[in-house]
Amino acid sequence: MSDIINLTLSALIDKIKKKELSSQEITNAYIARAEKSKDLNTYITTDFENAIEKAKKFDEKANFDYKLPGVPLAVKDLFCTNNLKTTAGSKILSNFIPSYESTVTQHLWDEGAILLGKLNCDEFAMGSSNETSFFGNVESPVGKKVVPGGSSGGSASALAAKLTPATIGTDTGGSIRQPASFTGTVGLKPTYGSCSRYGIVAFASSLDQAGPMTQDVSDAALILDVISKYDIKDSTSVNFKRGDYFKSLSSNIKGKKIGIPKEYRVDGMPKEIESLWQDGITLLKNLGAKIIDISLPHTNYALPAYYIVAPAEASSNLARYDGVKYGYRSEGENLISMYENTRSEGFGDEVKRRIMIGTYVLSSGYYDAYYLKAQKIRRLIKNDFDEAYKSVDAILTPSTPSSAFKIGDKTDDPVSMYLNDIFTVPVNLSGLPAISIPAGKDKNNYPLGLQLIGKAFEEQNLLNISYSMEKELSFKNNLQDWWIK
Amino acid sequence: MSIDLKTIKHIAKLSRISIDDKKAKELEKDLNSIFEFIEALNKVDTKKVDPLTSIAETSLKLRGDEVKTKNIREQILKNSPDENKDFFVVPKVVE
Repeated sequence: MSDIINLTLSALIDKIKKKELSSQEITNAYIARAEKSKDLNTYITTDFENAIEKAKKFDEKANFDYKLPGVPLAVKDLFCTNNLKTTAGSKILSNFIPSYESTVTQHLWDEGAILLGKLNCDEFAMGSSNETSFFGNVESPVGKKVVPGGSSGGSASALAAKLTPATIGTDTGGSIRQPASFTGTVGLKPTYGSCSRYGIVAFASSLDQAGPMTQDVSDAALILDVISKYDIKDSTSVNFKRGDYFKSLSSNIKGKKIGIPKEYRVDGMPKEIESLWQDGITLLKNLGAKIIDISLPHTNYALPAYYIVAPAEASSNLARYDGVKYGYRSEGENLISMYENTRSEGFGDEVKRRIMIGTYVLSSGYYDAYYLKAQKIRRLIKNDFDEAYKSVDAILTPSTPSSAFKIGDKTDDPVSMYLNDIFTVPVNLSGLPAISIPAGKDKNNYPLGLQLIGKAFEEQNLLNISYSMEKELSFKNNLQDWWIK
Repeated sequence: MSIDLKTIKHIAKLSRISIDDKKAKELEKDLNSIFEFIEALNKVDTKKVDPLTSIAETSLKLRGDEVKTKNIREQILKNSPDENKDFFVVPKVVE
């Protein structure tokens, strides 16, 4: 059984196809491990009984043509699942049972995957440490009382702890890549418009994007093959010619031009991050890539612009939670006080903070000074990338300015928490694809990640470069299973 | 620029979130530190820059107005926070 949970997704699929393992054996192995790993608090909702039933059905009439034949998967609790509670980590949705399925999760089930359950996340995906969830903190398997990052913290923790062979998260400002970096896993944020947003609890609609979180780059390519599809139900879905990502993986990156942006060398960046980045540059050179120094001059303005755009869109998206048709309701003497009490009790502090910021920047008299200004800055940030891509194929940066920190370390100061996403946010503002791969460890043995940023819709290029690096890095988490009960 | 307590209470009202004085003071501190951080944007001259309103510069596709999901009325009503048979119930609005 310990063999099963140590297999990558693609190795698992191989064994299923060769009939060396059944869907039931695999499903049972992951469920048994999850039962012993409750202390990590990765799951909000489990669906184990149904998963066992579905695995049994799969084995009785196995279809090996599927891309994910009988593979059990847990997903972030931001994806609506038909008939199964979907909370977005919030009290206000703590009893919400959707009557529809998100497009990306539907794609997983259509390719034979089986839902294990819903994974913890920051409330409405607002957070960088999974500490804003109504359902409690998630612990990272990389160390006791260490945050897994966020907002896809439950996903990252469950993946690193081998409670699911792969998972999917969502990334609005770094919510896939930062937790991947903190937990020694691979996280890919695809180009905006690649994966449908239909049925994903909305945070900031012009930035949100779903993507794979996996043990290695091949697995990310495999999941991307399944979830990246045009969808008429998402008005921002883009109908471009998608690649055959998994089959087209190649580790030949000779002659690829990789940009190194000088603005990402920030003040106070730990030496170990600096040397991780330098080692990444050396590795790429050795693999035959050409290193080019570039400048992305507006990088410093990305985070402040993000903290206008994202809360503005969030305040608008979250206006729907009023206690009328679904979700938590608090009583009030009239309709307005019912709304106010419901939202006051139903939302946590960070969500309320962002709704208030968003309401303020969109309020009468302030729109031009804040929201319009931020959109103009957003244009400048995108222009920086467009300019850089005239001379390079991809850009290499650290994924985060630090390694994982302890639970409670940054909760008192919102701005210090926001700084976690300094390297990931510019990517969302520009709609570009980016991947974080594990590349080393800090002095505490916590993982560190490198980020590769690609051109829009050129995920294959990004996957190939990271695939070739991964082979040479041969990163291992070597977790001691300390949380197992 | 700083946001005072009165403004905090006004934003809370616009946001339909009830807050007490203690919470308002906390928010005053948090929002001011966040806006101090945001003010950095004023250093950039954006007079000649067009705002970026959408990354996926696609035109809206039309689709047929067809019913695709049927018979989920009960499933939807089950999520209603108030006991009812056929309606969503809210506090009395008309006297």
